[in-house]
Amino acid sequence: MSKEEKKVNRRDFLFTASYTVGAVGVGAVIWPMIDQMNPDKAQKALATTEVDISNIEPGNSITVLWRGKPVFLKRRTQDEIAEARSVNLDDLPDPQKDEDRVKEGKDEWLVMLGVCTHLGCVPLKDKGDFNGWFCPCHGSHYDVSGRIRKGPAPTNMEIPKFEFVDSNTIKIG
Amino acid sequence: MSEHEYVPKSKAGKWFNDRLPLLTLGAHLTDYPTPKNLNYWWTFGGILTFCLITQIVTGIVLAMHYVAHADLAFASVEHIMRDVNYGWLIRYIHSNGASMFFLAVYIHIFRSLFYGSYKSPREVIWIIGLMIYLLMMAAAFMGYVLPWGQMSFWGATVITNLFSAIPLVGDSITTWLWGAYSVDNPTLNRFFSLHYLIPFLILGLVVLHIWALHVPGNNNPVGIDIKKPSKDTVPFHPYITIKDAFALLVFMIIFAGFVFFTPNVLGHSDNYIPANPLVTPAHIVPEWYLLPFYAILRSVPDKLGGVILMFSAIFILFVLPWLDTSKVRSAVFRPIYRQFFWILVIDVLMLGYVGAMPAEGIYLVLARVGTIYYFLHFIVVMPVVGYLEKTDPIPMSISEPVLSGGAEPAVARKVDDKA
Repeated sequence: MSKEEKKVNRRDFLFTASYTVGAVGVGAVIWPMIDQMNPDKAQKALATTEVDISNIEPGNSITVLWRGKPVFLKRRTQDEIAEARSVNLDDLPDPQKDEDRVKEGKDEWLVMLGVCTHLGCVPLKDKGDFNGWFCPCHGSHYDVSGRIRKGPAPTNMEIPKFEFVDSNTIKIG
Repeated sequence: MSEHEYVPKSKAGKWFNDRLPLLTLGAHLTDYPTPKNLNYWWTFGGILTFCLITQIVTGIVLAMHYVAHADLAFASVEHIMRDVNYGWLIRYIHSNGASMFFLAVYIHIFRSLFYGSYKSPREVIWIIGLMIYLLMMAAAFMGYVLPWGQMSFWGATVITNLFSAIPLVGDSITTWLWGAYSVDNPTLNRFFSLHYLIPFLILGLVVLHIWALHVPGNNNPVGIDIKKPSKDTVPFHPYITIKDAFALLVFMIIFAGFVFFTPNVLGHSDNYIPANPLVTPAHIVPEWYLLPFYAILRSVPDKLGGVILMFSAIFILFVLPWLDTSKVRSAVFRPIYRQFFWILVIDVLMLGYVGAMPAEGIYLVLARVGTIYYFLHFIVVMPVVGYLEKTDPIPMSISEPVLSGGAEPAVARKVDDKA
């Protein structure tokens, strides 16, 4: 008896083969059911936005919609840039130099997602303890470079992919 | 249980029952022996069934007029309010019905906590109940998104962003939930689909909940095991049905009071402003029934930590039957636990209050104290008190209360047997 039990017989092979084919089949059906919920082609098509920045005075900012999310474009004054660069990196929960958050030679332009990294609210400009943004939902304070300084948000406000098409136009995405 | 063989009287009834024993089921539900001392806290099961049916019926009707599209949803809700015949009534019943549903379920849950209804042998009833509660929260949240007002949009944004706290895959999960790169039309569409689905899942779980209840039978205020049927029980019909019906009437008066006199008092006026992805309302609050959990979320100064603690606050209830070490079910005979029970009630109410307040100053302190107590209650108080407490003597049966016999109390056993 025991000898025969150890032997792999035709039935064991059929069981294993059936389960395997069944598992692959179920997986092949489940994946489309899951993936259909990911952003569709129409959503992906909205991937870039071009913005005219010629009317923005130093110290002012505008908000545009990109992929359904607000993007802040702020033209910073020299004082604000100096302030952002004088911060000791050790004081930052998510240390990042201001230089790394702007395009080289275009220091005055801060382009970032206007989305609090805590739970996605839109922070208010020129508010909070650090001269930058303040999120009213759960009290996160951002500085003039959009870096998190105080509150529950874990990271700095995100810098999207963008480029200067010409001196008056920024392409986001 | 009294599984005496039921035989239908009519020939046709017998013919049918032999093929599908629905009449046997009906007889079981009618005769079902119920403890005779059930008080009005036990009427909320029936009330909750009424709430579920009300939400399903009004919801199906609303879906005939509502349009699940980001550009049209807000206007279609206003259309229901202004143009559809009795649309205002049906929508106010549905929106206030959600609040009444939660009011009833919280009373039902705290009833269970006080009388130890979650304890052996009723753990599975308790766990199915919690699954229903979780689905209720999901349904309520998605339903709140459908009018596509400011609170809808930003509530959806905040809640879906909770998942972005998950390390590594958080952002992918959030994008997947949205079907876009922010809360947008695809999100609204799928929320509508799921909002329509969930009540029927709840209905299925309610059937299992009642099925699981009918195996051991009802717990009762005294919390002792009783023989069924016996002089301690009465048939479900008409004794319990009439009591449930009376309680339901009182409940419906309160319900109607909200619907007809203050239909918006439990909502937020910002939700009558169309959704605007560029402006977050100054003060975001969830619906009242989610406030205690919101307070726990905000009490933690760390994103992932807050999310974990908030979900733990619900999931800890699933292991409650094993955290409670007391052999006595009913808090009536547990002088120490009874006091902690009321502290928990006050704690949860306080968390609800601070959840509605800004997360700063004294409110933040209260939220933290409340959160710590909430977890201490389940993790420390319940096991330790159950172990150390000297409980009062429990009666032998419902018919013979402890002190009925004058000089000789009919004491069954003293359950302070840890010596």
